Amino acid sequence: MSFMEITNLCVHYPIRGGFFNTVVDNVYAVDGVSMSFEKGKTYGLVGESGCGKSTTGKAIIGLEKVTAGSITYEGKDVTNERRKRGSSYNRDVQMIFQDSHSSMNPRKRVIDIIAEPIRNFTTMTPDEENRRVNELLAIVGMPEDAKYKYPHQFSGGQRQRLGIARAVACKPKLIIADEPVSALDLSVQAQVLNFMQDIQDEYGLSYLFISHDLGVVKHMCDDIAIMYRGRFVERGTSKDIYTNPQHIYTHRLLSAIPNIEPATRKERREERLRVEQLYREQQHKFYDKDGKVYPIRPLTETHYVAMLPTGEGE
Amino acid sequence: MSKTDILLEINHLSTSFRIKDDYFAAVDDVTLTLRKNEVLAIVGESGCGKSTLATSIVGLHNTENTKVDGEINYNNQNLVQMTDEQFNNVRGAEIGFIFQDPLSALNPLMRIEQQIEESLIYHTKLNKEERNKRVIELLQQVGIPNPERTAKQFPHQLSGGMRQRVMIAIALSCKPAVIIADEPTTALDVTIQAQILDLLKALQSETGAGIILITHDLGVVAEVADRVAVMYAGQVIEEAPVNELFTNPKHPYTRSLLNSIPQMNTEGQKLNVIHGIVPSLKNLPRTGCRFASRIPWMPQDIHEASPSMHEVAPDHFVRCTCWQRFHFEEESDVV
Repeated sequence: MSFMEITNLCVHYPIRGGFFNTVVDNVYAVDGVSMSFEKGKTYGLVGESGCGKSTTGKAIIGLEKVTAGSITYEGKDVTNERRKRGSSYNRDVQMIFQDSHSSMNPRKRVIDIIAEPIRNFTTMTPDEENRRVNELLAIVGMPEDAKYKYPHQFSGGQRQRLGIARAVACKPKLIIADEPVSALDLSVQAQVLNFMQDIQDEYGLSYLFISHDLGVVKHMCDDIAIMYRGRFVERGTSKDIYTNPQHIYTHRLLSAIPNIEPATRKERREERLRVEQLYREQQHKFYDKDGKVYPIRPLTETHYVAMLPTGEGE
Repeated sequence: MSKTDILLEINHLSTSFRIKDDYFAAVDDVTLTLRKNEVLAIVGESGCGKSTLATSIVGLHNTENTKVDGEINYNNQNLVQMTDEQFNNVRGAEIGFIFQDPLSALNPLMRIEQQIEESLIYHTKLNKEERNKRVIELLQQVGIPNPERTAKQFPHQLSGGMRQRVMIAIALSCKPAVIIADEPTTALDVTIQAQILDLLKALQSETGAGIILITHDLGVVAEVADRVAVMYAGQVIEEAPVNELFTNPKHPYTRSLLNSIPQMNTEGQKLNVIHGIVPSLKNLPRTGCRFASRIPWMPQDIHEASPSMHEVAPDHFVRCTCWQRFHFEEESDVV
């Protein structure tokens, strides 16, 4: 059963211009996105830069204004009450940011950073709070004396782990992870991903994992949505997406991922060029005349794709 | 390989930075060769000295607080000994450089054509008309759809992929024999990355240039490189042809790195994590195997006292002897 549902979420930015500075057009950053979240699952959101994946994440947590659509959390419509103090949504949905450096106040010590959500949402005595912070630091594998340091005293991977500790401080139900490992080196990235999985097992969290790295997403996610120009082009379990991709855009993304098998690179290059050719030829089949993706429709129970039913539009 | 194929020979190169009154080597005793028509990839994590190596080759370091030792032989000249004036004739003309971030490497106040023309003015005797022709030709060569229009535009009007193409056009403008590409695709999307890598390959087969590709992405390496050098803490710790490196990695660091890549088939498994962190420049162990502290479960006596490169297979070199007995951490190793 899903505990949270997003229906037809839209975020449009008006473009103003003309004589009276009226709205002349809109930027359709997110244009009708629907998802539902189940407990303990990881949802991947993939796309190239500028496709609206980060905006979707921010809109869900309440950092962006929603133009249309609704967010239902545990049966209640919370679309316009997401950032209200004391609302349980506010506590249960947390975020891990891409850039750990700019997401932490440089003048606060680690203890104040991690305890901030605790102070906001719970009533703990300083003693209990202290114990909880120690607990959190232990979870992400940091020593206790890290508490009295400042964010700049840590390396990128350590800071990202502190970001995770802050996100799980109030035992949330959903964590939105916006490119949590993109800025990290390979070995550190492995460490952070492992921590995220451990924490998920322990608390039964759900993740919305936003990334452009299809290898990482495949490793982490149960369900994957591919996004293009504010819309989903394909959605399904990771098996659906990786073994049976339907949309040409998904094909194109998958064929462009570098693989660590140098022996087959010639074949993969040819495959890539073939898909690229197809992509140019079959534009009309997959995009309408404004270059927009068609509405998404179900193919199987779990697999959705934005294509016209076969026979139409050809 | 015959001797004549060798374009660039780096011998025992060390680049040290001054911190207060001491010099610390960020690149320590690196020996590499680049041949014609070859892509030599240099891989490593941040802080391993790969970019320092690249900037040392083209002499972009501030001489006041950097010390470069060893030799870089290009065309019977030693680049390390060159004066700035001599270097200016090599840099840009015979060694092209592609920077990681095209937005900060391009001048925001100059039109694209002016920026490409700049190196033509400096290094060639072409007149205005010929230069214009060459600019358009270059833009066409790097796959820009409307070169006449793009030539008149400013960098901010172009997309990231287009800017990187312009960077490549600048690097190629004087038909260099050596191209150094420092993380050329790191800031780009995968589809654009694939296009840029294809472009580099295609241009190479046209000109026969040698490319030094610096990257942290092992996927990119597998995609384009011919030979790979893996760097750790300022040293090259393994060097091998690309197929050999990926099918038969030897050094514990290379094996750990390959094992920590989230791959298409690693779902549900734990990724390999390397113990500890990369030591900072000041705290680098200067003696013994530099990777020893990252594999604490292995006994100390498997390392050499002063690790050197050993040839374990044709063209495959590994530093230190610890690879012979190395195994990944097991339950029984946890103390």
